[in-house]
Amino acid sequence: MPPVTPLRVTHAPARVRSVGALWRLRGYLEPFRIQMIVMFAAAFGAVAAAIAIPLLTKAVIDGAIGHGDKRLLVPLSLAAVGLGAAEALLNLIRRWIQSGAVASMEKTIRDDLYAHLQRLQPSFHDQWQSGQLLSRATTDLSAIRRFAGFGLIFLVTNVMTFIAVVALLIHLNWWLGLITGVVFAPVVPVCIRFEKRYRVLSRRVQDQQGDLATLIEEAATGIRVLKALGRGPQAAARHGAQATDVYQTQVEKASLLGSFWALLDLIPNAVIGLTIVLGAIAVSRHSLTIGGLVAFITLALQLVWPVEALGYIIASGQEAATAAQRILEIFDAQPEITDKDQGHHPERTVVLAAKPSQAPLRSVPGRRGHLVFDHVAFSYPGAAEPVLRDVVLDLPPGQTVVLTGATGSGKSTLLQLVPRLADASSGSVRLDGTDIRDIPLDRLRAAVGCAFEDATLFSASVRENVTFGAPDADEDAVEAALTAAQARFAYDLPWGLDTRIGEQGMALSGGQRQRIALARAILARPDVLILDDPLSALDVHTEERVTRALREILAGATALVVAHRPSTVALADTVALLSGGVIAASGNHRDLLASNPEYAALMDVEDLEKSA
Amino acid sequence: MTADANAWRGVAAEKAEEVSAGLAALLRERSRRVLVDLLRPHRRAVIATVSLIVVESLAALAGPWLVGIAIDDGLPPLLNSHDAAPLLGIAAAFAFAVAVQAVTTRMFVTMTGRVGQRVVLELRRQLFGHCLDLDVAFHESYTSGRVISRQTSDIDAISDLFEEGLDSLIAAILTLLLVGTGMLLLDWQLGLVVLAGFIPLTWLTAWFRRESASSYRRTREAIALVIVHFVETFGGIRAVQAFRREKRNSAIFSGLGQDYCDASTHASRLIAVYGPCISLVGNVITGVVLGYGGLLVIDGDIKVGVLATFLLYLQRFFDPLQDVSQFYNTFQSAASGLEKISGVLDQEPAVPEPRVPRTPPERHATSAGRRVRFESVTFGYRDNLVLPQLDLDIPAGQTLALVGETGAGKTTIARLLGRFYDPRSGRVTLDAIDLRELPDAVLRAEVTVITQENFLFEGSVADNIRLGRPDASAGEVETAARMIGAHEFIAALPEGYDTPVGKRGGRLSAGQRQLISFARAFLAAPAVLVLDEATSLLDIPSERLVQSALRTVLADRTAVIIAHRLSTVAIADRVLVLDQGRITEDGTPGELMAGHGEYAALHSSWAASLA
Repeated sequence: MPPVTPLRVTHAPARVRSVGALWRLRGYLEPFRIQMIVMFAAAFGAVAAAIAIPLLTKAVIDGAIGHGDKRLLVPLSLAAVGLGAAEALLNLIRRWIQSGAVASMEKTIRDDLYAHLQRLQPSFHDQWQSGQLLSRATTDLSAIRRFAGFGLIFLVTNVMTFIAVVALLIHLNWWLGLITGVVFAPVVPVCIRFEKRYRVLSRRVQDQQGDLATLIEEAATGIRVLKALGRGPQAAARHGAQATDVYQTQVEKASLLGSFWALLDLIPNAVIGLTIVLGAIAVSRHSLTIGGLVAFITLALQLVWPVEALGYIIASGQEAATAAQRILEIFDAQPEITDKDQGHHPERTVVLAAKPSQAPLRSVPGRRGHLVFDHVAFSYPGAAEPVLRDVVLDLPPGQTVVLTGATGSGKSTLLQLVPRLADASSGSVRLDGTDIRDIPLDRLRAAVGCAFEDATLFSASVRENVTFGAPDADEDAVEAALTAAQARFAYDLPWGLDTRIGEQGMALSGGQRQRIALARAILARPDVLILDDPLSALDVHTEERVTRALREILAGATALVVAHRPSTVALADTVALLSGGVIAASGNHRDLLASNPEYAALMDVEDLEKSA
Repeated sequence: MTADANAWRGVAAEKAEEVSAGLAALLRERSRRVLVDLLRPHRRAVIATVSLIVVESLAALAGPWLVGIAIDDGLPPLLNSHDAAPLLGIAAAFAFAVAVQAVTTRMFVTMTGRVGQRVVLELRRQLFGHCLDLDVAFHESYTSGRVISRQTSDIDAISDLFEEGLDSLIAAILTLLLVGTGMLLLDWQLGLVVLAGFIPLTWLTAWFRRESASSYRRTREAIALVIVHFVETFGGIRAVQAFRREKRNSAIFSGLGQDYCDASTHASRLIAVYGPCISLVGNVITGVVLGYGGLLVIDGDIKVGVLATFLLYLQRFFDPLQDVSQFYNTFQSAASGLEKISGVLDQEPAVPEPRVPRTPPERHATSAGRRVRFESVTFGYRDNLVLPQLDLDIPAGQTLALVGETGAGKTTIARLLGRFYDPRSGRVTLDAIDLRELPDAVLRAEVTVITQENFLFEGSVADNIRLGRPDASAGEVETAARMIGAHEFIAALPEGYDTPVGKRGGRLSAGQRQLISFARAFLAAPAVLVLDEATSLLDIPSERLVQSALRTVLADRTAVIIAHRLSTVAIADRVLVLDQGRITEDGTPGELMAGHGEYAALHSSWAASLA
């Protein structure tokens, strides 16, 4: 077995609360144990130093000033500078360590999430909007990072600070200290309540912004359709209404925030006001010195931050917990298409990384690739009717079968079964006698090359896109594949094969994209080629040239090609007609034309022969 | 793997990220203009908020000052003669200041929120409307990704600025100014000691600004790459898995993630240094004030209360600076967002609405089509001339097919006819009226272009068909669907016409989506219908159905059909063969087939491929 990286996600019984979700991610903090300890120590040290400074103030006012002793001033102020420097330094250390630790923790989770998502079958991805996955990998992870780096530490230190300061205040003057502590304590629940209401509004804004973003995205990607139909004003009206919703929630949020800030201003000032009056009484009763009063006020002010931040920290903890739950939704989704020995093991720690192929699969080209569909049925989840009922089809090695059928007859679905992008509901697909579910995925997919109708290109160089399935291919092989797919235009792009294509790069036409995708499938030199209407976007001339080149290439491999056009059908050794979920007829083109009216209608040649 | 770890990305013409000083000034000027325009209607509210924040800051400063007075002037009477009146007076003043502060804070935050969000709403509307007005050529070169992020992340950054940043920045600056002045007034010697702290602070802040500007950019770029890679991987998961791309993808993703991790670590370490350094300066000054102030008190130069006021002020003086460091990123992303947004708003639509709109005459009852003419039209994309000089007359009701190799200019003709572009010279007319003189709404009711791009919008199947004519009844929608043979598959969907189409119509096959696009066009019933490769995704029987609908329902309309398949062309009244933007053959399909031209050759080789 090759080395595998276990996920650091702890498995939990059935339903857990959100805090439990956060706890399940604790494994990701494990590597940073030492850093966490240092961070906590530094945080405590800094708090202690900050608390000690007001005590020096008291010493200056009562000791040095009270006794008119100038000699005391120098050591006291030096001590204050020293403590101040220590506080700053400790904070710097804590934040420095924290910056590195939480960022790399975030990266590890994101990498694991990415790897796990790559293993999940396409039907999982069909069910999830890409934005939903992305927000888990970005927004939700940041929430966890913020809490791990900031919330967690301050949750502990702030509580400690509150206790220490109140203890000191009580020490300075017991009844004054007690009153201050009691006045401050209720502020905590008030802050938490505010934070909660604020989160609700924030969430609403986020949702509304998400809806707005959908409208924006549609208008941007569908701009040609909007323009062609002149539906701009309607789109603008919908957008305007949605944007107004966002505005209203934002204003509501601002007004809540206004009250909150006002309250936060009010608290420390009220405390100062209270301590002046009560402190003056204490001073007049000689239970507090003037220096003690000044120290008392500055110390009491140090309570403000821990108390008001507690609301924020608790809210950020809740946010992180929700984020953890959302991330675990993905981690807990088990890949349904796996190697046989992996299967479903919900109890086991998930194992990452696909198995590399163990041995070069083919030694004698052209001898392998016997593909058999044995009573294959398939239905989409939730669909009433199966798409494929009982498909029986035999492709001997080296044969090219063109699959044809009406729109929506399930041709593409059938093709997806071969590289196991989906598994048959019943029946089996066999490659060289072995059920493909018994072949390691990596080997199966190395043996099967695909080009789909919507040529998926990535924002990378042409070379990277073409060598997608064969990263080790040399220049000559790449050139041969591009030539065969009639994609030599790639050499004329501004940076040749290094030109970036895809969404973030050079825009290519539909036909150009298809040819690049075709070159990719050819380059992988598979035993079995799966081509889903690969020439649909080509003009007649190019199509003819590609078809000619394909005929040579296909001679060596077993090929299953979906085609609509009679011209592509010419590639076939055998033509198969998919209809009503079964292979309704198969044979050569001419025979089928004569014998099968459905096929004849599909290829519609009577019309043509009349006009020809 | 290549030596350069990033070679896989390939090269692209990047938009210059580093801008020259001159250009930067221009950008700032441009965004300022946009901001000023947006704020102008709210002038009074802006003045009101500024006055509020001044009052708020003054009230906030009154507190420590009153504490000093209380110690110096309120305590002695209480101690010496048990006279509590002065102290209570001071406490009352204090309470008043606190109340003023609370009220003004509340009003200020609410008001800036309201005004800010008004501005954001206005900006959203303007930008969305402007993007709709901008021509297709702009959208194609600017890419939809950028259009989307201008309207989402960039505007959100501005919104964030109004939401959390702006008030704390203004408050920080005002506090700095007012506290500085206040301390100088209280005692100029001690005040100068505090102000000496400004020197390292200014230096620190300048350093932080400089560093964080570049670090911010680095972080943004790194996360953008992570996001693109993430989205593309799972958008193309079938290709990824089919080609066993997972491992290489993971390696690339990990590399990109590491870049982002490094960049964000660097960015937060800047704050990790800046923040504590600010408090270091503050703490050192506090120590010095304690010592030197103590000396002044002992010498009788100042009173104890003044010293206490100073110490309290110091706490307020440095705290807001900590906020500034947090706020700086918000500010930067808002500023760069505004720069980019103002760039888009500055774009003039290349296909503008007419200044003096004209309306075409009523359509004839007998022929619902219109006559289309291209008069000496030239057109090209950048340096590449596609149509050198095109003259074309399409009588009302004619069905014209365009044939030719990729790049021959077929699609360009379709796009000129749909006014996605305007010709460089010459004109395109509809019943003798230049398309440029028709208001958009009128043009769209007359001319509909259907392309291979069969985009479906969020909503039900019926909603999508109704896009052709928003006021169509359910019956009319169904009739349109029946006409082109889409009714059967729609009726078989779980909720029939009310079935949501899912993300980008993902639940429907390409051919089915195409049929829905057709139903739209049939519902719209335009005078001129342009089909650009619109049937290429359909199987032949479906295509035949669409064609028969074209022949019956839209028989009297004008139609321009572009197709790769010659079978599609057969229904045309007239065929044009184009070569490099020139018409090389023109005639009925029968005439051309009988000749010896390109069309005849194409046709015979195609027929041969079938047999």
